[in-house]
Amino acid sequence: MDLGVKPVSFTSSSASWKSADGVPDQFPAGLRVLVVDDDPTCLRILEKMLKNCLYEVTTCNRAEVALKFLRDNKNGYDIVISDVHMPDMDGFKLLEHVGLEMDLPVIMMSADDSKNVVMKGVTHGACDYLIKPVRMEALKNIWQHVVRKKKHEWKEKDFEQSGSVDEVERQHKPPEDVDYSSSANEGNWKNSKKRKDEEDEAEERDDSSTLKKPRVVWSVELHQQFVTAVNQLGIDKAVPKKILELMNVPGLTRENVASHLQKYRLYLRRLSGVSQHQNGLGSSFMGPPDAPFGPMSSLSGVDLQALAASGQLPPQSLATIQAAALGRAATKSAIPVPLIDQRNIFSFENPKLRFLDGQQQQNNNSKQVSLLHGIPTNMDSKQLATLHQSAQSFGSMNMHVHSQASQSNSLLTQMVQPPSRAQILNEINGSHALNLPSSAGQPVLSQAVPNAVLGQNGIENVRRPAFTSVSQPSTVVDFSRSQSTEFPENSFSLVSNSGISNLTSKLQDEVNSEMKASRGFVPNYDVFNDINQNRTQDWRLQDVRSTFEAQQHSNGRGSLDVSSSVLIQQQFSSNQKSGQNRIPPVRKAAFSVADGLGNTSNIGQQLSSSLVDNPSRIKAERLPDMGFQNGLFSEHFGQEDLMTAILKQQGGMEPIENEFGFDGYHLDNLPV
Amino acid sequence: MEGHQLQHQAACMRKALFDQGYLDDQFLQLEDLEDEANPNFVEEVVKLYYSDSARFIRNIELTLDKNPFDFEKLDDIMHQFKGSSSSIGAKKLKTECTQFQEYCKIGNFEGCMRTFQEVKQEHAVLKKKLESYFQLARQAR
Repeated sequence: MDLGVKPVSFTSSSASWKSADGVPDQFPAGLRVLVVDDDPTCLRILEKMLKNCLYEVTTCNRAEVALKFLRDNKNGYDIVISDVHMPDMDGFKLLEHVGLEMDLPVIMMSADDSKNVVMKGVTHGACDYLIKPVRMEALKNIWQHVVRKKKHEWKEKDFEQSGSVDEVERQHKPPEDVDYSSSANEGNWKNSKKRKDEEDEAEERDDSSTLKKPRVVWSVELHQQFVTAVNQLGIDKAVPKKILELMNVPGLTRENVASHLQKYRLYLRRLSGVSQHQNGLGSSFMGPPDAPFGPMSSLSGVDLQALAASGQLPPQSLATIQAAALGRAATKSAIPVPLIDQRNIFSFENPKLRFLDGQQQQNNNSKQVSLLHGIPTNMDSKQLATLHQSAQSFGSMNMHVHSQASQSNSLLTQMVQPPSRAQILNEINGSHALNLPSSAGQPVLSQAVPNAVLGQNGIENVRRPAFTSVSQPSTVVDFSRSQSTEFPENSFSLVSNSGISNLTSKLQDEVNSEMKASRGFVPNYDVFNDINQNRTQDWRLQDVRSTFEAQQHSNGRGSLDVSSSVLIQQQFSSNQKSGQNRIPPVRKAAFSVADGLGNTSNIGQQLSSSLVDNPSRIKAERLPDMGFQNGLFSEHFGQEDLMTAILKQQGGMEPIENEFGFDGYHLDNLPV
Repeated sequence: MEGHQLQHQAACMRKALFDQGYLDDQFLQLEDLEDEANPNFVEEVVKLYYSDSARFIRNIELTLDKNPFDFEKLDDIMHQFKGSSSSIGAKKLKTECTQFQEYCKIGNFEGCMRTFQEVKQEHAVLKKKLESYFQLARQAR
């Protein structure tokens, strides 16, 4: 559904349908329904009935498959109809997942019409409950649930004033991004764009409230931020206003947070008292392991957030990233931040990326990089060009690796606007590095970006690895491979995955230091200090990460990224809390990892060769010192599972237990 | 005319199925779904149902053989079977399934066994009747 593809269409609900020509009177024809039922007879009948209603039907007989469909194609469905009783997963569980991750209306079905079952449907958030056998009349009107939900979401968001900007943004979206260019995305874009233009987070937030966000897509990143904020406040004290403040996501309104908090609370309750602390972030979500769903369950906690964030959070993440970028840039020579943010934004949402690119172009002249507000001017044009180029290169590289990555790269390129930047980027590590940040580096990206930026200034090699690592485990690895010289960075990349938060700071430090010193890779803790000092910025980074994560998801690669991003965020926040004392261990680990990665080619090969083994191998071989990281991971075991699950989702790839969130799949794609 | 006669016969057979309580409204729903692109939709669905429902019967039999008796599992399987059967409009069969579930709920083993035989029989009888009907309906077209 291309909500907000055309601004005007927002006014009429019918415009939201993917009707051939958006003709209102064809509504609700073309409503995209996903039907899940393990009974083939029922499934066949439902399919025929829905088709007779002129809906677009996708069927599957397993909840896992359904979730995969939904995750792989966010915004590809308008409504889900699911049977309650299914062998691989309880229908209510699926309902929860969908509600949290994709926020789609879900209709439950069952032959059981007993009150308690129907009540269960209600409490789990089903928007309707049909008793089998389902009649045609019942299906004819399911569109009402979609409209109702959209209306509700609309009400939650204020309308943005810069409608024209939005429109431009939308138009810039490439057709393939249609799926991702949900209204939410657009909203995010608007937000992000607004922010860029205004360079004022505070304003952005205000703007966000006035932004017309079709639907808040709780991408994995955003959700991660949300959960982090909630955990920080304590579930009891977590009020939407405070959460909103902590999250610091431009464009996110209190109402958005409130409704999401409600869902989250329901979810937690169902997990029967799972700890909601950060520690158990992954676990809290995963709470009772969902046996049938296996990795999915574990993913649910972290994944949900990540997925939700990734898939649907483009606008918000971007906004956050933007904010973060802006904030960071302001506070410190946060070139990277803006870059990252921007990249994240780009990577996160293809459409957005494009849009940003366009925007960037426009703003390039006016501002160094519209997205890169904070980018210190000390960046040489050359560097910028390099950066830009590298971004581009990344883009191309990413294409191979991820569609996302490429996009992010393009964005990066855009972001870099100044040619020098591109060059810098190019130098950094070609596409790899860039790709990583954008596509994968959700959390990492932000971090990586700074590094990348810094690198561009002069230490591209160094940066890249760091950069890559941050953004994406997989990509990171690749990058490291490509850059044998960038040893240290690689390590960071690897580390970043696991201790992204730490890395981020490190990268930041590096970036900053590099920026200033234009020297080789010299990780310093300056950045970290900066990071620590700017809590808000951290949050932004997290946002950025979520964005990236979200992007990842949207690109279908989310799983790893999400997990990594989630991890990163978590780590980052934890880093923040712990201050710099964490850096050393991480760094150490990073280096050790880097050492392991020292031979990028080897690494790459290893990674690609053994997707499944990579994570374990890397862990075992390369991260001897990754105690810290391990620790971090242990905290977020869910995340690992999440990653695994995500990986599985990604394409039936073997889940790769990768601390870094390497996406083995990605690695394979990366050219050796 | 033979065509008319066959059509008449088919119509009578169909009516009897409804009157005798073998089929209910849901069957009509299926018929409504038939169109030019799917002229044999109902027959296809019924075939699909019978190829799939055999496993339910099998599973129940296996569970009935086990010791100790697992009423919950039986109820569970029967619930799915009932859902599937109801979707093709098998009225009598649905009633038998419900009866079976009632016995399961109160833990009446004898009742379960007895009712299960009814279920199996009803399942087989309906199959034959529908097959005859479809054959006749196709000929009459």
